[in-house]
Amino acid sequence: MQQQQSFPDTRQNTPAEQGESIPVVPLKHPLRLATAVVLILIALSATWDVAVNKRYHWDVVVSYLFSPQIIAGAGLTILLTVVSMSVGIALGTVLAVMRLSANPIVSTISRGYIWFFRGTPLLVQLIFWYNIAALYPVIAFGLPLGGPSLVLGSANVLITPLGAALLGLSLNEAAYMAEIIRGGIGSVDKGQYDAARALGMNGSQLMRRVILPQAMRVVLPPTGNQVISMLKGTALVSVLAISDLLYSAQIIYSNNYQTIPLLIVASLWYLLMTTILSFFQAKLERRYGRGFDVSPRRARRAKSPAKTRTIR
Amino acid sequence: MNTAMVEAQGVRKSFGSTEILKGIDLRVERGSVTCLIGPSGSGKTTFLRCINHLEKVDAGRLYVDEQMVGYTERNGRLYEMKERQTARSRLTAGMVFQRFNLFPHMTVLENIVEAPVHVLGRPRPEVTAEAQTLLDRVGLGNRGQSYPQELSGGQQQRIAIARALAMKPKLMLFDEPTSALDPELVGEVLDVMKSLAEAGMTMVVVTHELGFARQVSDQVVFMDQGVVVESGAPADVLGNPQHERTQAFLSKVL
Repeated sequence: MQQQQSFPDTRQNTPAEQGESIPVVPLKHPLRLATAVVLILIALSATWDVAVNKRYHWDVVVSYLFSPQIIAGAGLTILLTVVSMSVGIALGTVLAVMRLSANPIVSTISRGYIWFFRGTPLLVQLIFWYNIAALYPVIAFGLPLGGPSLVLGSANVLITPLGAALLGLSLNEAAYMAEIIRGGIGSVDKGQYDAARALGMNGSQLMRRVILPQAMRVVLPPTGNQVISMLKGTALVSVLAISDLLYSAQIIYSNNYQTIPLLIVASLWYLLMTTILSFFQAKLERRYGRGFDVSPRRARRAKSPAKTRTIR
Repeated sequence: MNTAMVEAQGVRKSFGSTEILKGIDLRVERGSVTCLIGPSGSGKTTFLRCINHLEKVDAGRLYVDEQMVGYTERNGRLYEMKERQTARSRLTAGMVFQRFNLFPHMTVLENIVEAPVHVLGRPRPEVTAEAQTLLDRVGLGNRGQSYPQELSGGQQQRIAIARALAMKPKLMLFDEPTSALDPELVGEVLDVMKSLAEAGMTMVVVTHELGFARQVSDQVVFMDQGVVVESGAPADVLGNPQHERTQAFLSKVL
């Protein structure tokens, strides 16, 4: 009892009675304010310089921004991105499930695919598909080891430059997506497998209904990254003389020598498309984040800007 | 005729070179409650998982509702079951896990409705109405639209029980259902389990709640190092243990 009294009773030192409100003065951040002002000034002056610099030729930029050739190029870029990403995601999912298979042959095949397509430059793969006719002049469905076959046609005719571009981009993308999806599947709690099996689900129900939807949450952010780098990566196909966005701009500036303005035109379109993609990515992430991290968001919404505190 | 709900004869199970179950013999009568107790690592959970074929039995025979788990016997041979057959045979038992294992991407109602609709192929409106009744029964009738992570551990475990019951199992398996709960939440889960036992459900419960075992169970089984050391009525095993390993365990726990 002696010891207890040696501590001062803090309750008697409170400046206010029970339940009374007392104003709270928030902490000031003068350095934060100063930094913000300096940065805004720098940004404004840089923008001003760009805007008034005649050598940017903004008039040329504006005149070519909606030229039919550029629009067509942007359309082709979107087509390449959508098709390659779709095939890449579908094939990547198959490869990821194969990689996790209990059958050692199946998982080794998937591992080998990923090893090869991640390990060689995309540019080399694109040129390889473009020149596939040099290796296989005729494409046919056939039985192995020289059995009878159904000839489909000459490789030069069947594999157009666009076909080669789509093949190269899709197959390369599948290798990256396989690793991303495998990581997503691995992130799902093992107890989810037990629970789904105990409810009588078979392997494919378990994957489709329980594991993959949860893997989506982990898979989406890196996939968004992949889509955006794919969108810009399609610029590589200009080596196959496909008139995508960048190649269209290049054709125009090789005639009129307005290199910088046309690269700005192309960049503005790339920026617009990646901005739209980021918007959809954020939407999808919210959709698949349902049920996860609910508490922090709720807590933030519930927090009121307290100007006073009640002393109890 | 074999009328036991679960009948184990010399069940063995190894993980690699470690033998976890060294010949388990056990009978669980229909409508009875059996509590498996024992120190951690004694094989209680592994045995429970064997009953639902989440683990494969290596040797011995394990019958659930007169069906051998994981194998079909023909002409003096045991044939391993195909995956779909195994999935079917799991429908006899419902299982509740220590860590709840609710599907976090689904609402409470979706969690309960999922398997009856997609595994049994029953019509959704009918199942949803039943799910609501089950939710009322576990005292969470108003939480159908919540996501699991918005609920307390005790609430999640009650939902997990409702989810298992929605499949209308003949047998309920509980794997340490209250071990991951804050102490003040244990009671609400045990209450649901008690009412389930009173309704006549056959239950096998791995638990450290000796009070529950004493009060609710018909049979207490003490396991240690992969064997059943002692089993019988709770008053005998818990009140007057014959084996010294049981005595040592109980003296530490109580």
